[in-house]
Amino acid sequence: MTILDPIQVFRTEAAELFEQIESGLLDLLHDLSNQGQIDAVFRGLHTLKGSGAMFGFEALAAFTHHCETAFDRVRKGEVPATSELIAAVLEAQDHMRRLVDNPATAFPETGDRLLAKLEAAVGSNAAMPQSSDHAPSSAKVEEPSTATWQIDFSLPANAMANGTNPLGLLDEMAELGECTIAVNTSAIPALDVIDPANLYLSWSVTLTTDQPRSAIDDVFIFVMDDMDIQVKKISPDTKGSTEIVPPPAPVEEAAKANPAAAQANGDGKQSKSAENVRVPAERLDELMDRVGELVIAQSRLSQLANTSVDIQLRSVSEDVERLSGELRDTMMVLRMVPIAQLFSRFRRLTHDLARETGKQIELVTEGESTEVDKAVIERLADPLVHLVRNSCDHGLETPEERIAAGKKPAGQVTLVARQTGGDVTITIRDDGRGIDRQRVRAKAESSGLIAAGATLTDQELLQLIFEPGFSTAAQVTNLSGRGVGMDVVKKTIEALRGSINVTSAPGAGSEITLAIPLTLAIIDGLLVRVGTGCYVIPLSAVEECLELSPENDVKSRGRSFISLRESLVPFIRLRELFHTGTKPDQFQKVVVISTGSERVGLVVDQIIGDHQTVIKAMSKLHHDVATFSGATILGDGSVALILDVGHLVTAGQQQEAQMRIAG
Amino acid sequence: MSANILTVDDSASIRMTTKIALTNAGYSVTEAVDGADGLTKAKSGSFDLIVTDLNMPNMNGLEMIEALRQSPAHTGIPIIFLTTESDADMKTRAKAAGATGWVTKPFDPENLVKIVRKVLGR
Repeated sequence: MTILDPIQVFRTEAAELFEQIESGLLDLLHDLSNQGQIDAVFRGLHTLKGSGAMFGFEALAAFTHHCETAFDRVRKGEVPATSELIAAVLEAQDHMRRLVDNPATAFPETGDRLLAKLEAAVGSNAAMPQSSDHAPSSAKVEEPSTATWQIDFSLPANAMANGTNPLGLLDEMAELGECTIAVNTSAIPALDVIDPANLYLSWSVTLTTDQPRSAIDDVFIFVMDDMDIQVKKISPDTKGSTEIVPPPAPVEEAAKANPAAAQANGDGKQSKSAENVRVPAERLDELMDRVGELVIAQSRLSQLANTSVDIQLRSVSEDVERLSGELRDTMMVLRMVPIAQLFSRFRRLTHDLARETGKQIELVTEGESTEVDKAVIERLADPLVHLVRNSCDHGLETPEERIAAGKKPAGQVTLVARQTGGDVTITIRDDGRGIDRQRVRAKAESSGLIAAGATLTDQELLQLIFEPGFSTAAQVTNLSGRGVGMDVVKKTIEALRGSINVTSAPGAGSEITLAIPLTLAIIDGLLVRVGTGCYVIPLSAVEECLELSPENDVKSRGRSFISLRESLVPFIRLRELFHTGTKPDQFQKVVVISTGSERVGLVVDQIIGDHQTVIKAMSKLHHDVATFSGATILGDGSVALILDVGHLVTAGQQQEAQMRIAG
Repeated sequence: MSANILTVDDSASIRMTTKIALTNAGYSVTEAVDGADGLTKAKSGSFDLIVTDLNMPNMNGLEMIEALRQSPAHTGIPIIFLTTESDADMKTRAKAAGATGWVTKPFDPENLVKIVRKVLGR
C-alpha cells in the first residue's frame, strides 16, 4: 500500500490548479471581461500560494503572490485584464510549474524577468507588496517573572452562538497560574425576555502567573476585538497600575495581519462532485494487476470445472467466471479518464505556436468527454503534440498566404475524439495547404526510400511520411524537426496496438486519424490453435470465422484467396508462417481479421473460443518480433502469444500485392 | 472521547494535512470539498467543530458560516477558518459572519491542533 504523502498530493493538486488557471487565462483571451474566469484564475493562484507555503514551496508562494496580487487588482476592477497581462501570467505560470516540479531549474533571474513583465502589464505605478513581510514577530516582550493580574472582561452577547466557550477561556487562564474567578450576574435579564443563546455574564479574574502578559492576551485572541477587557497588573507594582484598554492585538497574529485586503470572491462555474474519491494511479495499477491474476486463476478454474462431472463445481465456476468478468469491466471503467485532460493542453500549445510563427490558429476540439484508459492517454500525449505541431507548422499557411488562397486568415486545427467499438479514434485535421505529393516523392527518391519514378498509389505515397528520417520541411524550423519524426509517432501508436492513417487534399488540408484500443491491460481474445501452439487474436479485430473449403484451399501459383461476398480476401497460412511442421487438421478454419479498411484471413487448425486475455508484454529480447504484440497465460499455465493484427494485415496485403505484380 | 471535526477546503493537500494533524491528535475528521458540500455535511452530521477555508468555489466559507449560524441547530458550533496573512479584512468579515477563531496559513499542524483544543475547551 502506498502511503499518501501531502507533498505528493500538493503536486497533483498544483498540476490541476495550473490547468484550471491556464484554461481560465485562455478563456479570458477571448473575453477579457469574463468575471467568472477572472475569479477562477484568482482563486487558483490564491490556493496555489496558500498550499505552496504550507508544504515548503516558499519560492513558489512568494512568486505566485505577485501574480495573485495582479489578478486581485483585476478582480477589483483597479486594472483591466489585458492580453499582455494574460500573456505575462501564462509565462509566469511556466516558471511556477518549474518551481513545483524541480525548483533547481527555476532560475531566480527568470522569475525576476517575468515579474518585471507582469509589473509592466499592470502598470508601473503598481507597487508590488513585498511578499517577505510575514516574518515572525519579534515583539514578544519578556516580562519579569511572577506577577499578579486583575482581569475584568465581558464577552459579546453572541459569543456563545458563535462558538466561543467562556468556560474554555476560564480554564485556559487557570492553566496559566493560580487564579480566582468571580462572576458578575447583574446583567441577566428577567426570565421572560432572556435569550438562551445569549451571554449575559461578565467575569473578574485575579491571576498569578509567571507567564508574560502576551499569554493572557492569547487566551482572548479570537474575541479580543469584540469584547470589553481590562487587564491590570497588581503586583509587583512597578509604577502604579498599567492599564491597557483594549490591549494590543496578540503579537503573532498582529504581525501577520497585513493590511493588504483581499476580498472573498464569488463562485466560479467549476463544481466538483463531493462524491469523488481521489486515488493515486499506482493503486489502480496494483488493483489492475490483481484483477489480471484473478482472471488467469479463474480461467484455470473454468478449465478444471469443464473436465469435471461435479455439477456444483461447474456452477460455482460459472459464477466466478461471470463475477470476474464484471470485475474486470468495472476495473476498466475506473481507469478511464476523459480525453479532455489531454486536449486541454493543446490550447496552450496552439496559442504559443501562433505567437512563434505569426500565424493565426484556431483550435477546435470535439468529443472531449470520450473516455480512454489513463495509461493510453499518457502515452498518446507526445505523438499528439507532434501531430498538432506539424499541422500548425507545416500544414497551416500564414494569414497572407491564406488570404491569397481565398481562405479566411485564421487557420483551423480540429481535434476530434470518438469511440467506435473497442477503439477510440482521434482525428487531427487542419485546413492548411495539404501535403505536397511532389515534395514527398522527391524527398523519398533522394533518400532512397523508393526507386526513382516508382508507381505508387496515393495512399502509399502519403504513408511515406511515416518512414524513419523523413521530413519535408525544406527548412527545419524551431517547432518541427526536433528529431522526433513521424516514424516515432507511428511506432508509438503501433506500440499501443493502434493504427495511423493520413489523408490530404492539396490546398484544402490534411487529416490524420489514429485508432487506439480503449485499454491496454485486458482484451477479449479469440483463442485458436495452430499446430500444437495456442494463439490469441484480439476479438475486436475479428470479422468472421469460416471453414476453409477444399475449393478455397487450392493454391494457384501460390496465390491464396477466399471469396467473401464477392470480394477476394487474401489469406495467410499461419502453419506456414510459424513452420509448425505438423500435419494440418482435416477441416481448417479461416479467421477474417481487419483493421478498418483492409482485410486478411488467417488459416488456423482449430478455433477454441473466447478468451479473456490479460496482456503481458514480451521481454526485451523479443521487442523486434513483429508478428506478435504480446503474450498471455492460459488457464493451464501455458503461454499463448497474441497476434499483432496490424502487422498481419499489412503482411497479407503485401503478399497479395507481390503476387499481383508477379502474376 | 473523540470530538467530530469537519474540515472544509477545496485544496486536497490542505484537507489532508488538516486531517492527518487532527486525526493524530485523536479527533475523528470528515472532509468536505467546498462550501456547499460543507454546509450539507455540517447539517446532516453531528460535528463538534468545523475547520473551513474561506476562498472556495461553489459556496465560499463566509456564506457557509452565515448559513450555518442561521440554522438554530448549528449556532454554537465552533468554527475555525483558515486565512492567509493578506486577508486582514477577511478576518473581520468572517468574525461578523459568525466564525469563532482562525488559523493563519501557512500553518503549523501543531498550531492547528492547539487552536482546535483551545476552541473546543479541554
